[in-house]
Parts: sequence; structure tokens; C-alpha cells
Amino acid sequence: MTELALIVNGKAARGACAPNVLLSGFLRETLGLTGTHVGCDTSQCGACTVIVDGRSVKSCTMLALEADGARVTTIEGVANADGTLHPVQEAFRTHHALQCGFCTPGMVMASMALLERVPDPTDAQVRHGLEGNLCRCTGYQNIVDAVLASAKALKAGRNG
Amino acid sequence: MDKFNFVRAQTLAEAAAAFSKGSDARYLAGGQTLLPVMKQRLAAPSDIISLARVAGLTGVSVSSVLVTVGAMTRHADVAANADIKAVLPALSILAGGIGDPHVRNRGTIGGSLANNDPAADYPAAVLGLGARIVTDERTIDADDFFQGLFATALLPGELITRVEFPAPQRAGYVKFPHPASRYALVGVMVSQGAGGVRVAVTGAGACVFRVPQMELALAKNFAPGAIADATVAEGDLTSDRAGSAEYRAHLIGVLAKRAVALALNGHRS
Repeated sequence: MTELALIVNGKAARGACAPNVLLSGFLRETLGLTGTHVGCDTSQCGACTVIVDGRSVKSCTMLALEADGARVTTIEGVANADGTLHPVQEAFRTHHALQCGFCTPGMVMASMALLERVPDPTDAQVRHGLEGNLCRCTGYQNIVDAVLASAKALKAGRNG
Repeated sequence: MDKFNFVRAQTLAEAAAAFSKGSDARYLAGGQTLLPVMKQRLAAPSDIISLARVAGLTGVSVSSVLVTVGAMTRHADVAANADIKAVLPALSILAGGIGDPHVRNRGTIGGSLANNDPAADYPAAVLGLGARIVTDERTIDADDFFQGLFATALLPGELITRVEFPAPQRAGYVKFPHPASRYALVGVMVSQGAGGVRVAVTGAGACVFRVPQMELALAKNFAPGAIADATVAEGDLTSDRAGSAEYRAHLIGVLAKRAVALALNGHRS
């Protein structure tokens, strides 16, 4: 077992794990943050997407030990402290951008990372930006609508 | 994934020393291929040597004649680099089309080249632009580096430190992505520069390769029409569920013409 220390959702987190533990496993099993879903476990589906040092990554394709010293944001760290939803989450709800919800944590994290990089995306940029996230229910249209709507909401928030 | 010993190298020397100590050691760059392969138990290294903290392997420097990319530079950083966009837009486009955004945030140029997947994008850039691969021991020309299916000129323990791309007069890259994996079903890099015309094809065979008959035709007349008849025989090309050898041979011709057109307009479409 090797010790690692990182900041998860703004709070210091310490733990120990074997070298072959993936970041997804460390978050879910050591830290109990089961909002990060493991869908395919083969780097395809993106359900396990989290943000590491400002960048979206597939946490099933990163060793936990490689996140030593990093700042990690998971879906549990997205809503506001008072429980109100983040504009991206709110837009997913409003636009019915989920059905079974399994891919949603990864979709929300990927959308947040996309909007950080491209604050005012086109429809095509949203689709390209979500290429690493699969949804087997919605057909994506409502997800794209939600991301476009949350871009507007975030912009209004910044201006207001 | 099987168990392994984890080493976090701080210097190239430390990485090399750890490699020679392991019975079946592997360097870990971005891990976007190695980790999936280990999860499938197609690889079970004794030692994983992380390069994440080795100084001097990350970053891009661009002059009017040379684009240098550190081996641990992530695909996303190559794609977003404004200087590369200005001097070598075909390389930005190529890096920005690898995998998906999350893969591009982790995957590295050095890792991709050392792995030499037959359908990876970077081998087409290196061979099609006539780049040099600099390791901790020597410099290897693109034409000598790629040696077959997942095979390269790298010796055991030899580590890529950077890649030097001569800035061409013009270059274009187009790929037809596999609809699920986003790997190249076929990808073609075309360039014209001090070293002449180069055409490199990835995804279509066991290893990236050049197309001399297209290079000759384009050297005489760098225009899409010049290679209308320069077809590639389907002989050794890959045939799989995603496309037959005949299909890939046809795609090479189509994509090469598009790559020439993009090279001519500076990748502005």
C-alpha cells in the first residue's frame, strides 16, 4: 500500500492504496464517493469522468497514485453548499437530459470542463466536446440542449 | 489489473535505472493505452515507472523552421497551442482529433509514438512531416523509427524525450475515424517542405507507411488532381469489420486528395 494525499471537492483527502488501484476505484471505494460511475471500465463511455487539476479525465484510466497532490472534483462537489444545483445540473433537469441517469455524473463533469474551455459553444462544439461520453438513453439531443442552455445561464451569472 | 511495483521517477536517470532493475518494466506516460491493455491483462508489467514528474519532458517550442514537442506533452496542449496553430495547423488538427477530450487531457505524444499503434494519429504526423525523434540516447529519423506492428526502433529502456517537426511550407491531415474508437480507419498526412513532399498513411496497414507514387506526383504538381491516378494497391492493407482492404485503399486516395486541398488552403476549412 502506498500513501497518497489529494484535495477532493475542496477538502484534503488522504488514503492508501495498492499501485494497481484506479482513481475511479479510490474515489468510490476508499473515499466512498460513489457518484463517479464505472460504466465500461475500458475508457470508452466516460461515466467515470472527473476533473483533475482543471482537466476532465476518465478516472478508470488513471492510476490513483498518479493523482497524488492533485485537486480532484467529482459530481459530489458540483452542487452549491446549500444544496441548490449547479447551473449545468439545473439545465440537465430542466431539459430532461437524462433518463436512467447512469451516464449523467460523467456528462455533467465533461460539460463543465467543456464550458470552462469554450464558454459559448456552438451545437457542433458541444457534440465534439462530449465525444468521450456515451448515453444509451437520450439520443443526446436533450443533453446538447442542456449544455447550450447552461452556457447561457453561466454567462448570465457572470454578467449579473 | 495485475499487481506491479510503482516507481515515481524524478529524473531521466532515475527512470532508466528503475527500468533496468525491473524484470518486465514499462514506462507510464499518459496511460491511455497502457492502462486499458493492463486491465485486459494483455500486459502485466513487473514495474510501472511514472514519468509524470520527470522535469523537462513537457512543453512546446516553435520557431519558423522547427516545432519541438516534449514527449510528455498532452494531446490537448498540442491542439490548443497558438504557435503550432500558426506554423503547423495540420499538427493541431491531428492532435485535436485523437480519441476524445478526456483522452487528449492525459495522452502524450511520446506514449503514442513508443506504442506505435497501427491506427494511431501521431505516427502519421511524424512520418508525414519527416520529424526526428529524440531519445535519452540518440536522435532517430522518422523513416527509421516505425518498424512494424507496435514495433519501433526504441531499444529496451530507451525513452523518447522530445519530437522535432521541421516546419513545412504546407501540410494537411485528414482522417476517417472509426465510428466508435475514433482511431483512424485511415488517416493521411501530406506535406511539402525543405525535405520534399511526403505522404504518410496510418490506420490502413500494420504500420504507418509512405506512398512514394503519390509523393512523386505531388512533387511535380502539388494539387489534388495530380494524385487522381496514384492508387494504392489493397495487397497488404488491413481488412476488418470496420472496412475491407479494398475500402481502405479507396479511402487513402480520397483522403490524400482532401489532405492536399487542406494543405493548400492552410487548413482553413
